[in-house]
Amino acid sequence: MKRDILVACTLALLFAVAGAIAQQRLETIVTLCDNETEIVIAGLKPGQALEHGAAFQVADRFMDEWKKKNPGSNWIMAMNMKPGPPIAMQVRRTAAAEPVSATKQAGVYSGFTAADEFIWKTELDKFVAEGNRIFHDAQAVGGTIGVSCDMCHPNAANTHPETYPKYQVQMQKVALLRDMINWCIQHPAKGKPLADDDPKLRAMEAYIMAQRAGKAMEPGKH
Amino acid sequence: MPAKHKSVETKWYEAREAVMRTVPHLGRRDFFNVMGASAAAIMAKGLLPPHSFQLVEVAHAQAPKPEKFTFAYVSDTHLYSPKLNDQFIRAAMRAVEDVNRLDPQPDFVLFGGDLAQLGAKEELDIGRQILKDLKAPLRMMVGEHDWYLDMGDQWRDYFGKETYSFDHKGVHFVVLMSVMEKDFWTARGLTPEQRMKTVAGLDNSTQSAFEVGAPQRQWMSDDLAKVDKKTPVVVFSHSPLYKYYRNWNFWTDDADEVQAILKKFDNVTVIHGHTHQVLSNRIGNINFHGLLSTAWPWPYAPEGLPKLTVAMDRSNPFSPLDGCGDGRIDMNADGLADMIYNLWERNPMTVPASYLKSLGKTNLPSATMLKTY
Ligand code: HEC
Repeated sequence: MKRDILVACTLALLFAVAGAIAQQRLETIVTLCDNETEIVIAGLKPGQALEHGAAFQVADRFMDEWKKKNPGSNWIMAMNMKPGPPIAMQVRRTAAAEPVSATKQAGVYSGFTAADEFIWKTELDKFVAEGNRIFHDAQAVGGTIGVSCDMCHPNAANTHPETYPKYQVQMQKVALLRDMINWCIQHPAKGKPLADDDPKLRAMEAYIMAQRAGKAMEPGKH
Repeated sequence: MPAKHKSVETKWYEAREAVMRTVPHLGRRDFFNVMGASAAAIMAKGLLPPHSFQLVEVAHAQAPKPEKFTFAYVSDTHLYSPKLNDQFIRAAMRAVEDVNRLDPQPDFVLFGGDLAQLGAKEELDIGRQILKDLKAPLRMMVGEHDWYLDMGDQWRDYFGKETYSFDHKGVHFVVLMSVMEKDFWTARGLTPEQRMKTVAGLDNSTQSAFEVGAPQRQWMSDDLAKVDKKTPVVVFSHSPLYKYYRNWNFWTDDADEVQAILKKFDNVTVIHGHTHQVLSNRIGNINFHGLLSTAWPWPYAPEGLPKLTVAMDRSNPFSPLDGCGDGRIDMNADGLADMIYNLWERNPMTVPASYLKSLGKTNLPSATMLKTY
C-alpha cells in the first residue's frame, strides 16, 4: 500500500523533475515528496518515463534513504504532520502535464490519475489522523476530567456511525452522529459541546466513519 | 435494624420497591431492564428478588458440602486524582459497600488490578484508602495501569509482592503479574509518563503484548510442583490467560505456555480483570471468567470472542454505571467456581462452572437483550 503510493508519487515527480531539467544532461535528479531526499538516476533522459519495475526500484531506494534519515518513523504520518504546504499540492501541478490517452474519454470525472488519487487519499488520511488525535486526547476534545473517547471506544468501537440518524430517547429527537459525539463530550468527558462546523467535530466524524468503512448504512438501527 | 436480620421477603419487597421507584425516569433500555427484572421476580415466586446479588446462593444451597465458600471481587477501578475526577472514586466506593453488605461475608475479596488510572501515587493512595473499608480480607493483584509509571515500585510498597500463591479451604490460589511488556520505551526515548500513557491506551500499536514471562512461569511451575493434581487450582491474572484480541491487548502472549503448566490439574479456574466485560471461556481443563470494571465497560472486540461467552447487554451511554459492577465467586465442593456478575443497572448474571464444563450444554446464563454489532 505505502509503496504503491510512493511509486505513484515517484512517477509523478519524475515527470515534473524531468521536464524541468536541462535537455543536454544524461541523468535525472529525482526528489522525493519530502522535497529533501534526492536520488540521481543515471542514463535516464529528462522527459523519459521509467519502466514500472525500475520505478519500483527507485521507490525502494527512496524509502531506504528516507528511513535512514528518519529511523522508526512512519512515512505517511510524517508527511501528513509536516508543516508547510501539503505534499499533495506539489504533485497536483504535475498531474495536468500527463497526456490524456486518445482512446480514453476526457472530462472532469474521467481524467483521474494515480497522482490525483494519491492527493485525495493523503488529504483524507490527514483529516482522519487529526480526528484520531482528538479522539485519543482528553484535553483536545475539551474534556475536564481526563477522560478520552478511546477509553470507552477503542478503534471507535460501539460508536455505530452507520446507524445515524436515529431517534435518541434521552435527547427526545432524531440525532445525527455529531449530536451523539457532542453528547459524549458533555457527559462521559464532561466538556462543552462543539459547534456543528467546529473542525474538531468534523475531524472526529471523519475518524469514526473511517473506522467503520465497509459497514452497511442502517439509519435508525438501535 | 441491621441488614442481616431482614427476612427474605422483606428484602425482596425492598428491592422491588427500589426498582419501581426508578420507573418514571426510565429510558428505553432501562424500561426493558425493569420488564426483565419483573419477569424474573414473578418466575422466582418471591424466592429470587430482582436484585438477587446476595441470594443467588439459594440456588446452590440444596447440597451443602463442607468446603464450599465464596469470595468477592472488585476490579479495574481506574482511579484518578480526586481533584481531576471523582466519578470513578465514587464507583469504587459503591463496590466496597456492595461487598460489605454481602451476607454472609465472603472469605476474602480479590482486587483484580488497575486500581489507578496512570500509576500515580495519589491515585494508588486513594485506592488503598477506599479498599481499607472492606470488612473481609483483601487479596491484591496488579494491573498495567498500576505498573508502568514506576514499574510497580509504589504498588509493591503498598501491597507487597505482585506474584504469590496461597491455600484456602483446600483450594490452591496463584496470583500472577501477567502484564509484563517487552521494552518498547527505551529505543523511543519515552519518559515514564509517556510509557504509562502508551500502555494505558488500547488501540495503539506502539506497545508490546502482555506476557507472564519466563521467570514467572518458572516460579509457577515450581510452586505448582508441590500441589496434588486433584487439588482445585484458581489462578488470578489481570489479562485473560488466552488469546482473545491482540490489537487491544485482550491477550497474553505466552498464554499457551501458562496453560501447559496447568494441564496436569483436574480442575482449574482462571479469573482475570482487564477486559471490563462479561467474558467466559473454556480451553482444555481450564474455565476462564472475566471480571467487571467499576469504572466503565468495554465493547466486545470485533473478533476472537470465545464461543462460550454469553455477552452482556450493550451498555447504555445515558447511564454512567451501566455495564459496570462487581461480583462474587462461589467455590463449589468440586473445586470449580461459579461466577456471579453483579451488574449495577441490570439483573445479576450467573455463569456456572457446569455451563463451561459442559461446553455450553447445560445451565445457560441469561441471554442478552441488545446484541453487539
Ligand atoms: C465512560 C465511557 C465513554 C466515554 C469516555 C465515551 N463514550 Fe461514547 N458511548 C459510551 C457507551 C457505553 C455508549 C453506548 C454504546 C452502545 O450503544 O453499544 C456510547 C455511545 C456513543 C455513540 C453512539 C453509539 C450508538 O450506537 O448510537 C457515539 C457516537 C459516541 N459514544 C461517541 C463518543 C465520543 C466522540 C467520545 C469522546 C468525547 C465518547 N463517546 C466518550 C461510553 C463512553
